[in-house]
Amino acid sequence: MSEKRKILICMGTSGIAAGATGVARLFEQELGKRNLADGFQIIRTGDRGLFRDVLVDVIEPDGQRTTYEYVKAEDVVPIVEEHLIEGNPYAKRLAGKSYHDFFKSQMRIVLKNCGEIDPEDIEAYVMHDGYSALRKAVQDDSAQIVKTVTDSGLRGRGGAGFLTGMKWKFCREAAGDQKYIVCNADEGDPGAFMDRSVLEGDPHAVIEGMAIAGFAVGASRGVVYCRAEYPLAVKRLQKAIDQSREKGFLGKSVCGSPFEFDISIMQGAGAFVCGEETALLASIEGKRGTPRIKPPFPAQQGLWGKPTVINNVETFANVPHIINHGAEWFASIGTEKSKGTKVFALAGKVKNTGLVEVPMGTTIRELVFGPGGGMLHKKLGLKGVQLGGPSGGCIPAAMADTPIDYESLQSTGAIMGSGGVIIMDEKTCMVDVARYFTGFTVSESCGQCTPCRVGLKRMHEVLTRVVEGEGVPADLEFLGNMGNTICSTSLCGLGQTAPNPVLTTLRYFRDEFDAHVHRRECPAHVCTTLMHYEVIEDMCIKCGACAKVCPAGAVTWERGKTARIDPAKCTRCNACNTACKYMAIR
Amino acid sequence: MSRAMDSILKKYRRAGIDSLIPMLQDVQAEQGYLSKDAVAEIGRHLKVPASKIYGVATFYNQFRFEKLGRYHIQICRGTACHVKGSATLQKVLEQQLGVKAGQTTRDGLFSLEVVACIGACGLAPVISVNGEFHASVKQEEVGKILDVYRRRAESEGGV
Ligand SMILES: Cc1cc2nc3c(=O)[nH]c(=O)nc-3n(C[C@H](O)[C@H](O)[C@H](O)COP(=O)(O)O)c2cc1C
Ligand code: FES
Repeated sequence: MSEKRKILICMGTSGIAAGATGVARLFEQELGKRNLADGFQIIRTGDRGLFRDVLVDVIEPDGQRTTYEYVKAEDVVPIVEEHLIEGNPYAKRLAGKSYHDFFKSQMRIVLKNCGEIDPEDIEAYVMHDGYSALRKAVQDDSAQIVKTVTDSGLRGRGGAGFLTGMKWKFCREAAGDQKYIVCNADEGDPGAFMDRSVLEGDPHAVIEGMAIAGFAVGASRGVVYCRAEYPLAVKRLQKAIDQSREKGFLGKSVCGSPFEFDISIMQGAGAFVCGEETALLASIEGKRGTPRIKPPFPAQQGLWGKPTVINNVETFANVPHIINHGAEWFASIGTEKSKGTKVFALAGKVKNTGLVEVPMGTTIRELVFGPGGGMLHKKLGLKGVQLGGPSGGCIPAAMADTPIDYESLQSTGAIMGSGGVIIMDEKTCMVDVARYFTGFTVSESCGQCTPCRVGLKRMHEVLTRVVEGEGVPADLEFLGNMGNTICSTSLCGLGQTAPNPVLTTLRYFRDEFDAHVHRRECPAHVCTTLMHYEVIEDMCIKCGACAKVCPAGAVTWERGKTARIDPAKCTRCNACNTACKYMAIR
Repeated sequence: MSRAMDSILKKYRRAGIDSLIPMLQDVQAEQGYLSKDAVAEIGRHLKVPASKIYGVATFYNQFRFEKLGRYHIQICRGTACHVKGSATLQKVLEQQLGVKAGQTTRDGLFSLEVVACIGACGLAPVISVNGEFHASVKQEEVGKILDVYRRRAESEGGV
């Protein structure tokens, strides 16, 4: 089999969205037509983490690798004829420098297999060292496994950053005839997708991590709670579970040992708060997903009242590597208190959007200008970075040298959170973003406690007023006070962190609030009620982009002349402003 | 009772309350929404009052109580899509369809739903129609996209 040349096609959610299924089928057809099918192995992988429409790799038996990006149906025949037959790479779609730069500055541990192996084939996982950690673990002393994980310094990747080994220890020591392992794959942050990619690209790693956890704490049942919006992840995970049961990695006798462990999947039903661990457990039990006060912690009283370890997808995916390579190896990566790597979902106004895995302690600037490839539009500079989604905060460009680790981020008012990173340029309005997140948490509040249910709603109303140009100076003070009150009085983590986006924006982007309130202006030209729809002469580069998109014929423009907007015809649809990359419309 | 409903209840023959959410998901996958009859049926099956089932079902965003359109449009309002202008996109969609998010057009052709991050942030802003993704959608393209489905409905006939 190793003599075959390999063709790798990225088929995660976004690859499929860009047409990868058809491209893969065409490769099969075209190779078949030319009687070449036997010489090639077509491997359908998960996403590699970079959005380049359809990505195709050709790997020679000696390991030499050629990558194509943005592959369309019509490129398949030339790739087959020019490259596969004649041996000359097809220049038109060869991956460029930015593709290679994207991967150069990363350190891939969790994402090692994503985009490299066929996630629906357990053999491929096994060939890449898969299940060797589990095999090793079940021969070992379970207390030793807990110790290794503790010594490695692995902290939860779901947001709070609690020491994973400690959590396991508590659960191991808790009394109970039945214990559970729960994998949190709810990934509620509306700008994050690392857990999805891991489940789609390397589901066996999560299964292996859960089984090792089960052995370590003495649990025989595992549940993966996965977002319903991730149908492909659920499908692949289910397939992987079935395969590993068949191969004896799950079931009555894991790897031939007396240890019994099995996993089932529960699909969430779309509620952000169900990512909170106690709400998640309530949801598995078939109830409304409302959190409860801790303690007791799930490690003592979790699912059905039994001791339960609940960890994030990425946390589990790290475990096999720690068992295989040892605690010391893992602890040598990262910073003093934050060990290992972290996967980030990079999105927003940056050139390369996608998943990047870097050692803890990498700075925000390195992230944006390394794998991120810099800002999306040449003319629009970095204004800030939002980390941690609705519970996180906005850090200004001036603080871009902050290292990304749990403590440093916390001290800025943001959090590591799940790993969603949204890059914002000068054409992103910070007040609008703060309002956006508040709107999100208002609709996702479970409604149990008053500060969160009513307080956030009041904040959202005030922010709406500010964004629409009807804010008054007292509003800003109100937002600060109310935000702090909600943080300190809410029942669960949702309310306790929900004001963060507003509080950090108030702290670092006060001038933007002031502009909205005092001058009735949106410096980023985003808040449409504050727009005048006139062209700023000095900024206009006379490209005509605005005239082309105006549906009302309100923009007049001639080559080499500044555009002009006729207020009588303008319908304030904002199309021109969206099209303008130069902030020339105000 | 419909045959589909029958087979779902069979699948969960000895089920307890922890099967409620999976059952609701199965019913919705089958019928597109949760009808009053279906909820009552599940209540009888699990021996739980319908009010309790509504209590659970309304808590979660996934469940719908209105029929879906023939083409179900999901507009992503995740963060990446938001900073790339999905708010305007939603407004334009609502205008052109004449319905608000969560509703179905009177001709039954389109229903509109707001979702948070469908995991294709690199393609932002994204809309998905019956699972087909449309990437980097500009507001002036919305009409064209809707027309594609209108024509498809016409050529396939019957609503
Ligand atoms: C509102 C809220 C939402 C959360 N969402 C998630 C989530 O989507 N995924 C996740 O892994 N953890 C989430 N968490 C954190 C979990 O409660 C829990 O701390 C985590 O799953 C523990 O796993 P870890 O130790 O591996 O991080 C959320 C917490 C809160 C308060
Ligand atoms: S934010 Fe829209 S796909 Fe992620």
